[in-house]
Amino acid sequence: MAAQPPAPAIATSASAATPTRGYWATVGRRLMRDRVTMACALVLALILLAALLAPLIAPHDPFLGRMPRRLRPFGILNSLGMSDNPRAILEHPFGTDELGRDMLTRILYGGRLSLFMGVTPVFNALVIGGLLGIVAGFLGGWVNTLIMRTIDVFYAFPSVLLAIAISGTLGAGIVNAIVSLTVVFIPPIVRVSESVTTSVRTLDYVDAARASGLGTLSILRVHVLRNVFGPIFIYATSLISVSIILASGLSFLGLGVEPPNAEWGLMLNTLRPAIYTRPEVAALPGFAILVTSVCFNLLSDGLRSAMDVRI
Amino acid sequence: MSGAPASGAAVPLLAVEGLKKHFPILGGLLRRPVAWVQAVDGIDFAVAPGETLGVVGESGCGKSTTARLLMHLVAPDAGTVRFGGRAINAPGGIGLSELRRQMQMVFQDSYASLNPRLTVADTIASAPAGHGMKRADAQRLAHDLLARVGLEPALFLRRYPHELSGGQRQRVNIARALALSPRLLILDEAVSALDKSVEAQVLNLLLDLKDDLGLTYIFISHDLNVVQFISDRVMVMYLGRVVEIGPVEAIYAEPAHPYTRALLDSMPAMDPDRRTTEPPLSGDPPNPINPPSGCRFRTRCTFAEAVCTAREPALDTVAGAKFAGHHAACHMARAGSGHSKAPAPGAGGDSANPVTAGARP
Repeated sequence: MAAQPPAPAIATSASAATPTRGYWATVGRRLMRDRVTMACALVLALILLAALLAPLIAPHDPFLGRMPRRLRPFGILNSLGMSDNPRAILEHPFGTDELGRDMLTRILYGGRLSLFMGVTPVFNALVIGGLLGIVAGFLGGWVNTLIMRTIDVFYAFPSVLLAIAISGTLGAGIVNAIVSLTVVFIPPIVRVSESVTTSVRTLDYVDAARASGLGTLSILRVHVLRNVFGPIFIYATSLISVSIILASGLSFLGLGVEPPNAEWGLMLNTLRPAIYTRPEVAALPGFAILVTSVCFNLLSDGLRSAMDVRI
Repeated sequence: MSGAPASGAAVPLLAVEGLKKHFPILGGLLRRPVAWVQAVDGIDFAVAPGETLGVVGESGCGKSTTARLLMHLVAPDAGTVRFGGRAINAPGGIGLSELRRQMQMVFQDSYASLNPRLTVADTIASAPAGHGMKRADAQRLAHDLLARVGLEPALFLRRYPHELSGGQRQRVNIARALALSPRLLILDEAVSALDKSVEAQVLNLLLDLKDDLGLTYIFISHDLNVVQFISDRVMVMYLGRVVEIGPVEAIYAEPAHPYTRALLDSMPAMDPDRRTTEPPLSGDPPNPINPPSGCRFRTRCTFAEAVCTAREPALDTVAGAKFAGHHAACHMARAGSGHSKAPAPGAGGDSANPVTAGARP
């Protein structure tokens, strides 16, 4: 190729006048303009921060129960002489649970485990399922058939039932719950990543890359992964809320987190008998689950529209 | 000059013999092939260095499959492809990686052939970088190539495909194809999707690039005007076979095959008095799963006779051809073939072309 003279200064300033942003910069700019998504991100950030900083900001010991203070109502009534510490206006702002433990403290601590149980299985499934789906979609043929038909077997069971069955077999415990939830989330992620990869693989730019002699690995990395990651990632974020709810469900059934650990689903279970006496306290962990999962869902929606740059 | 090159001529840049691809149609529970689509069914041709071979034909005649077979994006079932006299993927021949450095392709869909997540610079630089060029050198090459295809590098290097117009995208595709300094460029309907004005600009760009870089083109198109404009030789395909091949003047002035004649008649005339009122060709091409016996065109040919059903005409020199290297696969173009319109054996070269004579009023 004939050497071209360096670009003239005028052209350089012209490019500065019409800057073209990178992909992620465009996505970020569109996210910033989306108020609902930003609000959800803010709420989730606060929940995450509160969970992380629970030991610093929680007013009480999450495991310290005091029977005389069982099932106190929300804090405002505390000031009416029900506290044994007259100086504390709001000693238990969100009341106490059935063993007299401070609810605010337990909700803060519970967020740690609940968020962990929401994100970890989805992340594991994203890695395993994404890999399987991309391999199946990219290679096609009998590899695709083998992987996809195996995955189809898991669709024979409803996801809740599958999670309960696996957890029940493995026994209670955080690790077992995470394993069972990971298994539950792998099939849908494999499906999504397989279909996205199959559609990308047949596009002309993949053929063009093959025609220019690029190796399979670099085609996968540059042309396939970059274009399939977005849709798979967005789908995975929408599963986080499901995972939080399923994990809470497992804990509720006694298959996930074990007492006395604080976890929203487990708290919902242990507070169940109090639904008639202190409904506001009993509903509190459920409310935390609701807010978190709704925020994750809306955030995933916002991400999807922001990452769809081809408009 | 089709098939085997004329003796004494330079070695053709690309020589294709018996290239064949049949796609299976899978059916039943076990997904076994129940039928075969004869997309490309044994074609021979050669491309000389520096020439432009136009390839025309209806949709589904195997033009694009031929392009993909040549690029080895689809593995051929049979046939040999020799590049620069060297067989591909054979001992002592040319490897696939080397072939793809020498031979590049521009696709029809300018948008689908660009990765939406790569900038123009990265798209152009990816192939040379994949062949071991240093990143900075590849980026500089992208800069130079962009200027060469008529896009201001400072404005376009950092852009994404969705920020470009169709013509600009196709220029980027051409730059990408040129990044490995190929000798042969396959243009598969490369200008078909563009506006007429943009199409003309890109065609002129292709001609300039050909002169400057000494390129050879295989230009696939259904637009007969464009093919006439850019080609040195033209190859007409029908149902996976080559029916006629020859110099562009021969094909457009003296078509020997009735199918070529019909194609040319389907071109809209600029003169209103000469406008075709009757469709020159009726019906769809026969199903490539089960092509007709004998000559594949006989089901739509007005000149079809018993011999056309009985024997398949070979692609051979047209009897009485005015142009060298004019070959057609038609019994009417072969002396003594048994067709009533075929020239008598031993007749001179001045016998009237039955196809041209029959079709012109």
